[in-house]
Amino acid sequence: MMPLLSVRGLKVSIRTDEGIAQVLDDVGLELERGRILGVVGESGCGKSTLIRAIMGILPKGARVEKGEIWFEGENLLVFSEDELNRDVRSSRVGFIPQDPLLALNPVFKVGSQLLEVMRWHAPDDGSRGGERRKRHVGRLVGLLRRMQVPDPETALERYPHQFSGGQRQRLLIAAALACAPRLVIADEPTTALDVTTQHQILLLLRELVGEFGISLLFVTHDFGVVAELCDDLCVIYAGQTVEAGAVLPILDAPAHPYTRALLACHPDRATSFTGIPGSVPSPLKPPPGCRFAPRCADVRAVCSAGQPPQGRSATGAEVRCVQYA
Amino acid sequence: MKPILRKLTRDLPAMLGLGIVLVVLLIAILGPLLAPYPGDAAASHLARRLKPPSADFFFGTDNLGRDIFSRVILGARGALAIALTVVSVAMLIGVPLGLIAGFRSGWLSETIMRVTDVVLAIPQLVLALALAQLMSPSLESAMLALSLTYWPFFTRIVYAETRRLSSSLFVDALRGVGAGPGRIVFLHILPNALSPVIVRATIGLGFTILVAAVLGFLGMGATPPAPDWGLTIAESRTYLPRAWWYATFPGLAILITVMGFNLLGDGLRDLVDPRIRRSR
Amino acid sequence: MNAPAILRLHEVSVQLGGSKGFLRKTVPPVQAVRKVSLELQEGEILSLVGESGCGKTTLGRTILGLQRESAGEILLDGRPVGGLSPEAARRARKVIQYVHQDAGAALDPWWSIGRTLEEGLKIHGVGDLDERRERVAAMLSAVGLEPAWGRRYPHEFSGGQLRRVALARILLLQPRIVVLDEPTSGLDMSVQATVLNLLLDLRERFSLTYLFISHDLSVVERLSDRVAIMYLGRIVETGPAKAVFAAPTHPYTRTLLAAAPRLRGRRVTEHVAVRGDPPSATSVAPGCAFADRCPIAEAACSTEVPQLASITAGHEVACLRASVEQTASFRARRRA
Repeated sequence: MMPLLSVRGLKVSIRTDEGIAQVLDDVGLELERGRILGVVGESGCGKSTLIRAIMGILPKGARVEKGEIWFEGENLLVFSEDELNRDVRSSRVGFIPQDPLLALNPVFKVGSQLLEVMRWHAPDDGSRGGERRKRHVGRLVGLLRRMQVPDPETALERYPHQFSGGQRQRLLIAAALACAPRLVIADEPTTALDVTTQHQILLLLRELVGEFGISLLFVTHDFGVVAELCDDLCVIYAGQTVEAGAVLPILDAPAHPYTRALLACHPDRATSFTGIPGSVPSPLKPPPGCRFAPRCADVRAVCSAGQPPQGRSATGAEVRCVQYA
Repeated sequence: MKPILRKLTRDLPAMLGLGIVLVVLLIAILGPLLAPYPGDAAASHLARRLKPPSADFFFGTDNLGRDIFSRVILGARGALAIALTVVSVAMLIGVPLGLIAGFRSGWLSETIMRVTDVVLAIPQLVLALALAQLMSPSLESAMLALSLTYWPFFTRIVYAETRRLSSSLFVDALRGVGAGPGRIVFLHILPNALSPVIVRATIGLGFTILVAAVLGFLGMGATPPAPDWGLTIAESRTYLPRAWWYATFPGLAILITVMGFNLLGDGLRDLVDPRIRRSR
Repeated sequence: MNAPAILRLHEVSVQLGGSKGFLRKTVPPVQAVRKVSLELQEGEILSLVGESGCGKTTLGRTILGLQRESAGEILLDGRPVGGLSPEAARRARKVIQYVHQDAGAALDPWWSIGRTLEEGLKIHGVGDLDERRERVAAMLSAVGLEPAWGRRYPHEFSGGQLRRVALARILLLQPRIVVLDEPTSGLDMSVQATVLNLLLDLRERFSLTYLFISHDLSVVERLSDRVAIMYLGRIVETGPAKAVFAAPTHPYTRTLLAAAPRLRGRRVTEHVAVRGDPPSATSVAPGCAFADRCPIAEAACSTEVPQLASITAGHEVACLRASVEQTASFRARRRA
């Protein structure tokens, strides 16, 4: 069965004041239907750029140099801005941003903002005008009830600041699902939330995946969340996918030296706190050969010579390392 | 510093503004050296009165035969002098008041801000006219009036910045380390609050030149035979529209100078705001 | 208790906000901290754990002195240092220093970090310019930064480096107690590890005592000697970290520990039995603050405020229904 979303060999560069930054260099991922894929990486690895590339909202100086983004059999990179707006955004690909407070306009009622999304992107069911609006409101109220937002009928009449952080995030999840998309991209949606609230949201997302038949692309830096929520995992380092596969086998037996080193830093696993020596290479001057070589514990001479080949680990994960080729 | 300057150079209107300001500054400083007829500040040559622009007299001559080109150049000095004096005095009054009002809330702060509100409500020109009646119309009374009505703008800005900065995290950290209020206000809050003040001061320079010109036009500022731009336009009224050059060139001087300051001020504002408000 | 506590809080309460008077709307104050008593032993790491609105940040600032307590006693080395204005408190409690969560925002953007570091010394009377420069250079090295970087400005540093700068700044003042507000939040995992390593190293080197304020339970469990769980301004459970994490007794602690995402490969399918969102401190019902969300609350819980009581050595819980049986049953469930 063809994966719902498949990113292949994506290369994105961004023009900065200091030169051309190779932010993404051969990134790939696959999201199967009905599954949750966690995209994990530290700051500067390019995961935000990856998300923006999928949604078609790359910043002005960015250029997609190579690669394809296959979504339901179509390459999103060849879509025009208009086509993306009409056919893809919100209606087929929903988005849950990181900070709900920043994503909502404080001077408009929540209802008008959510209805606006539906007005532009909801699939045409033949109804018009007031009838259409009533259907949208009905759908929204139903969604809000499912999200356990208290008093869903009156919720639409309130302003963003009248909700708590967790409730706002639920509102945004409802907005993302409003037009029944097949794919939902969540960009660290629980980082700003309390522990218990985060747990409730993660549980909700898990349930929604099953109930609504959506696939979820979940960007995070928290391995704990990945361990609890995601089915599959994709680790990104310096603009490249270094390891990808089912989540629990990777967590139990990480193959790529970076994944191993990163997991060894987690307080739940660390025997001592040494971190990873060295620092992330600057995208302005990527090193020749394997990007992790300067910091790798298993480095060999061949690693700096050229790009490492893709291989498979014992658990079946795809690994970009010469040890598994 | 360097990245800021680099960013400024990319802002064309701002660079244009900077260019204009520098040229006007240069003209003001070198005035008598640049003017072809420096004596025309005071002298009169009735034989060549009201001559149109020519090779000898680029901007023509006025009703007393004086070279308008030279008088425009000489007038730059007066214009800038008024502007700099007024804005400096307004800053000297307004900035400390804003710091005091913003740092600690209480009756003093409230009083200062209410007085500021009242003075802001007074139109500059009206006050200037009133003062000119009380004292005799002169450059000094104009400058006094303008300073007395301009300081509240600075107080407002500094008040807002001081309040914002007082509750900022780094001021909190300073208190944690044991810094006293004096150190906090003068060494930390003031430098941080200065950026919007500089923007306002730059635009204020242009604005003051304009208002001073209006006062001159109304006869409430500079007195003849000073080569004041506004005064020249006033004198030209009776000879329009025939002697069109009489009012046009001083008017253009005002226009270009004020525009220069405004463009520069806008450019500075664009620089200052994103840099400070930029979140990590 | 063998060693005397370096810091002791006795029934400290803190009221926040509240404005009255003419020309201003009357807003009632909020009880951010309610009758908190705790002890900090020299050399230990005590973590204050809780969610937003629990009062842990306010308590941290109160200990520091920037927030004035409305009731209760604060004793430093046995001497009372409470009831002072923020400026006087900072002078009296000079040995307590604070590291902000957002280390970068805690630095004046127009000052080079070297100058900022020197300023602390200047304020505390280290007069000689050369001596200040020397000490700053030495401290920058001690926290793992190049001394030459003193000339740089805050925006030129990364998050992890800024944390080091913040540490250097307060260490120059020779504190004995350091309050760290969310020391690892916003940091990448690898950077977090180096920062934690640095903290442990500095504790050894400078004989420090740490008060962590954190909601990252993985870090808290690994690093702390003791923990105190806070809810709506009260400490609901406290004790040695090992004991509290192995046998959490208070229903809120259990909820919190169960909800925290850990790297244990456990899937998020179990409902953690608590309703609603973390509360705000503006309106609190009488009795136990957790009663309205507690899965095992009974009638008495809404009228009586539970006090901290010992269940085993050093492990205290404020819950009317806490009992040794409950602890035992939880242990049994975990082993299964």
